[in-house]
Amino acid sequence: MTAQNDIYALEIVRLNKSFVGLPVTQDVSMTVRPGERRLLLGPNGAGKTTLFNQITGEILPNSGQIKLFGQDVTKLKPHQRAHLGLSRTYQIITLFQNDTLQHNVAFGLLGLMPARWNFFRPMSQHILVEARRVLGLVGLEHLADRPISEIAYGEKRRVEIAMALAQKPKVLLLDEPLAGLSSAERNTIKKLIADIPRETSLVMIEHDMDTALDLAETITLLHYGKVIIDGMRDAVIADERAREVYLGH
Amino acid sequence: MNKIWFWVPIVAGFFALLPFVAGDFYVNLGSQMMIAAIFALSLNLLVGYGGLTSLGHAAFLGVAAYLSAWFTTRAGFGHGTAALLSIIGTTMCAALFGLIALRASGLGFLMITLALSQVLWGLAYRWVSVTNGDNGMAGLTRPMPFGISIESAASFYWFALIVTVAAFVLITVFVSSAFGVSLKGTRDQSRRMAALGFNVWMIRWITFIYAGFWGGIAGLIYVYYNKYIHPTSLSITSSAEGLLGVIAGGSGTLVGPIVGSVLVTFLKNYASSYIDRWNMLLGFVFMFIVIVMPDGIVPGIRRLAGRLKEPRK
Ligand SMILES: Nc1ncnc2c1ncn2[C@@H]1O[C@H](COP(=O)(O)OP(=O)(O)OP(=O)(O)O)[C@@H](O)[C@H]1O
Ligand SMILES: [Mg+2]
Repeated sequence: MTAQNDIYALEIVRLNKSFVGLPVTQDVSMTVRPGERRLLLGPNGAGKTTLFNQITGEILPNSGQIKLFGQDVTKLKPHQRAHLGLSRTYQIITLFQNDTLQHNVAFGLLGLMPARWNFFRPMSQHILVEARRVLGLVGLEHLADRPISEIAYGEKRRVEIAMALAQKPKVLLLDEPLAGLSSAERNTIKKLIADIPRETSLVMIEHDMDTALDLAETITLLHYGKVIIDGMRDAVIADERAREVYLGH
Repeated sequence: MNKIWFWVPIVAGFFALLPFVAGDFYVNLGSQMMIAAIFALSLNLLVGYGGLTSLGHAAFLGVAAYLSAWFTTRAGFGHGTAALLSIIGTTMCAALFGLIALRASGLGFLMITLALSQVLWGLAYRWVSVTNGDNGMAGLTRPMPFGISIESAASFYWFALIVTVAAFVLITVFVSSAFGVSLKGTRDQSRRMAALGFNVWMIRWITFIYAGFWGGIAGLIYVYYNKYIHPTSLSITSSAEGLLGVIAGGSGTLVGPIVGSVLVTFLKNYASSYIDRWNMLLGFVFMFIVIVMPDGIVPGIRRLAGRLKEPRK
């Protein structure tokens, strides 16, 4: 291995976070290699979303370190981390309700472009065309001009992903992308996630085991804010403790 | 967008006819409406497009007016230099206030903007050696832009109309730009905007400064019109009237603040000469608007028009 390969896409070192006395992240360490597909498992309230929020900078940890491609980003603001190649989706849909699908995805593009500081000209046609293309990737091009408020829940889930994909992220955090979907819809999204290029490292929170395990190479299991077990997929599935906490239902 | 650029010269041309058909009382009323409209347009940048409700916007109107009065009477500058310095000073004041107020959003933002404007209001009353306190600063003059006198009611009205059109055009360009789109994004989903790479704080600060700049322009026209400035111009009432215009007309719409300001100024000046308690009347009208058209007159009318065009199926 060359030195280059030793740099993790994402590295979390001994992270701690408490909400008014309630510890939700306890000494969490985790690494993600470039291109890796990692599944983040854990029962409800284990602190998975809170960990994502700390990785993106929406919540600051009490102690510990977060690195993107070797760079310490622990103190950086969310928008600065986005510019280093970090994107996420939300467990609770967080879209621009009154704007069209195309406009929503365009936000994802504009956020990383210098054009967002243009005070004189509207968003360029080029951005809108690209937004449409990305909507095509998630099969929603035909709804591009409809406002979010008029589309179905499953379609909103796909817009969540399209917004992140538009950014061509180096590290993508997916927070329960399949939550609340029918099995047909789950398969659509599963395929979508499987098709994400290897330039993007993935960390995915997901409860739906059938789907999630197929996509995962490595698994981190969180329980009460602690990493219970971390390793290759098959080793984790076979692990006694994993069964106890999570898989053994 | 293009539809707007088509209508601007037509509507402006129409308004320009007022002095030919109405007496000085109405022409002066028209000038006051223009001043209120510029003020409301600038406030709408924060309230309507930024989702930041300020109750202290009169600070910028007042600072520009006082600076202009001070520079022309005490420092002996000409109107051109005084206007430039006043606007620069007001914009810098907005930059400073923005730094303080944008530590919060929502109710906190409202309270801080209110507090900051109240500080200036108190200063205007107490710092008598500079502001002449409760007596206000009188004996001011109007400038002669490009050597043209704006002393008559009609010429001042046209002057105010030109500035209003400029304000409308430049504010419309601002909110329609890529930056303006980002601004609306921070209003609707600030958290997601940050995660997408937008510097939410910076977007809001720049908007605050730009709004302060136009608030200052409104203040200049205001002091030229009245040839007098008093601390009440900085008061919460002054800020609230602007806010009322924005909300009544339709916050976050391009022409709503103009419609709202015209209404508020009309009620305040015209109705007050017939009805003692114009404030009460204003209250009733405002309540009526809020109940019948909760998002303001312009969106309300637009919805009505849509319903008429497309009868129920
Ligand atoms: N802002 C907050 N303030 C206080 N407590 C919080 C906050 N956010 C989360 N918590 C608490 O922290 C714990 C972990 O929450 P988190 O949302 O990270 O869990 P999760 O693993 O994502 O669960 P789920 O599978 O239900 O989404 C929960 O007990 C939650 O109530
Ligand atoms: Mg969660």
